[in-house]
Amino acid sequence: MSTPRALRQPLSLRLVSAAFLVFWCIIAAFPIVWIAVMSFKVPIDAFAADPLEVIFGPLTQAQGKGLTLIDIVVGIAVIWATVRIAIRTLPPLVAKYSPFGLIALGWLVAALALGIGFVLVTFVILPPILSAINGALGLEPLIGLTTEHYQAVWVENAFWRNFVNSVIVTTGVVTISLTVGTLAGYGLARSGSNLAFWLLIAALVFRALPHSVLVAGYLPYFINSAEILRPILGENAPTLYGQPLAVILVLVAINQPFTIWMLRSFFQNIPADLDEAARVDGCTHFQAFRWVIMPVMWPGVITTGLFSFLLAYNDFLVTSLLLDASDMTMVPAIAGYFNRETTTTDQVEAVAAAVSITAPLFLLVMVFQRQIVSGLTAGAVKG
Amino acid sequence: MKFKTFAIFVGPSLFMMIVFIALPLISVFFQSFYVTQPVIEQVEVESCTAGFLTQNCTTEIKNQPVLDENGKVMTRTTFVGLDSYRNVVQPDRVAAAISNADWRGLMSIDFWKALRFTVTFTLITLPLVIGVGLALALAVNNATKSIRGPVIFVSLLPFIITPVIGALAIRWLFVGDGILTRLMEAYSGQDIAMFAQAWTIELLMLFYRVWHVAPFAFVIFYAGLQTVNQDAVEAAIVDGASRWERLRYVIIPHLMPLIVFVALIHLMDAYRVFEEVVGFRSQAHVISLQWLTYDFMEPDDAGNRAISRASASAMLTMIGIVILLVPLLRRTWRDHRGSSH
Repeated sequence: MSTPRALRQPLSLRLVSAAFLVFWCIIAAFPIVWIAVMSFKVPIDAFAADPLEVIFGPLTQAQGKGLTLIDIVVGIAVIWATVRIAIRTLPPLVAKYSPFGLIALGWLVAALALGIGFVLVTFVILPPILSAINGALGLEPLIGLTTEHYQAVWVENAFWRNFVNSVIVTTGVVTISLTVGTLAGYGLARSGSNLAFWLLIAALVFRALPHSVLVAGYLPYFINSAEILRPILGENAPTLYGQPLAVILVLVAINQPFTIWMLRSFFQNIPADLDEAARVDGCTHFQAFRWVIMPVMWPGVITTGLFSFLLAYNDFLVTSLLLDASDMTMVPAIAGYFNRETTTTDQVEAVAAAVSITAPLFLLVMVFQRQIVSGLTAGAVKG
Repeated sequence: MKFKTFAIFVGPSLFMMIVFIALPLISVFFQSFYVTQPVIEQVEVESCTAGFLTQNCTTEIKNQPVLDENGKVMTRTTFVGLDSYRNVVQPDRVAAAISNADWRGLMSIDFWKALRFTVTFTLITLPLVIGVGLALALAVNNATKSIRGPVIFVSLLPFIITPVIGALAIRWLFVGDGILTRLMEAYSGQDIAMFAQAWTIELLMLFYRVWHVAPFAFVIFYAGLQTVNQDAVEAAIVDGASRWERLRYVIIPHLMPLIVFVALIHLMDAYRVFEEVVGFRSQAHVISLQWLTYDFMEPDDAGNRAISRASASAMLTMIGIVILLVPLLRRTWRDHRGSSH
């Protein structure tokens, strides 16, 4: 293929642009990769002055905790296989076995299965097998590596409880906000009325509100809700403060403006002729929506669901103010770690907790990269 | 679509937004004029301690909260007008600081400190995010097809990471014994403490925000670059436009709506800066407006939450949002009127 000479770029420009990209990739990945490396070392190694000591962890190795040659080879193979499954094997499987109209659910199950499978293989199945092989061959570790901080965080400090809370909150937020949002997005996309326009503008204004402003509105009512609701609900009136359901509803509402804008732009991509054809065939509006539009809408729903998930998963402000300290979700729970970050062991445990929170997101980008990009551009290009 | 069908489709979403966004907003507005405090009564208490031969008894007047029949602290809500606002803004200290031309004095008031940081933070990150995003989009567009996917993958990582965790990750590189601090110390030969003074923390915060948001700008600009009209570019070449002129007069105007979009989203988000303060634990040096409201709501040592002061500072934060949104809304209104005629 020949490029016109005028479009051909001078070598210097190509070099500069390539160098810039390399530089950016290093900056983008370095902090995340580095905390991942740190979390597997004993504290002295993790905060060593020499970067090579952090990477190879001589002290960790000296304690007999480390990876031998076989471990490294097997580890790389497992990671490579995971990436390959995520990119190649999973999409057709999901497409084949998902029940009709529920591809989103299929993807959810697939991503969860992949994540759980990876954790099981790397942390439960492989270690005893590999240590037996290493013991038999008498191999010495090459790189220091220890999972003691993860054990401390997840088992001793019961981080799994925060994980369960996170799962409850994110599942609730994604399901409710998608259900409510697709209905509204469809209505707004198919109605050209002035009212629809003003609703979208109001949503835009709501999107700009700082969340602390909203929480300042809820907090007094949530704390006293038992007394406020008693005349209506009688003795069973709940205190909304600390209730996961209350947090879910708040996050859904905060998320709504963004959700309906995004879903509306996806619905607008679907030609209106399609619903008209269905209407001519005798469908009501709702039937047309359910049986004609929704089946072609799944990519948009998955993408919007991803962003709802991110909002609920990443939230610190709302969950830390509206949930009780004893049952936080993962992100505000980490505040407990760095508040008592006094020894270096505490620090490395906080690092391990942070890496644990990031790992699912990493998996998410791996599986859903295309959907995330399309979601980002859907809002922008359509306006 | 008939109005009734429209109402059924949009109803649930609208209901949630009214109950959980619009009503709280109104409630915060009214809350900011009232203060709820426990009812305090003064009681005379005689306390006796064992003494030699006779007891030592003293009577003193104590303030204690009044309890209702359930044993809970009774509270009373009073209208205080603008007192909470005065508490937050502290106009007399501001007047004193201004008349003495005392910048430090002004910056010792939390609200003004937070306002100063929030505004400079928003204005400095805006051009950086757009610049870095644009440069990345052009560079990736320039690169061979096979490496574009991996570059986008790596670029999405800082964007998708939990903001508090992202800030923490950068913090751990720069804490006292973090790897990059050690590196800078080895290079400069002196002790460096990145978290001991405000300006270094602010630099790190700016860096973090650009690192976190530039990928978003990049992805959007990159998508925009795919739709650049090649005929226009070729015409510019025929007219003898240099590479820079093509970028300046063909590509940037094409991307302009996207640049405006990214700028708006970024202004909204940067004005709400909050997670950085938590992640960098910078409250002693640098605070933001949203963090100020958050801090009022957190229970203090006695377990009280300063709701009315939080509401006042929330309302003051809103002024900035209004200033930000008015030009946008006016433009949308003009477009809408223009398109419906």
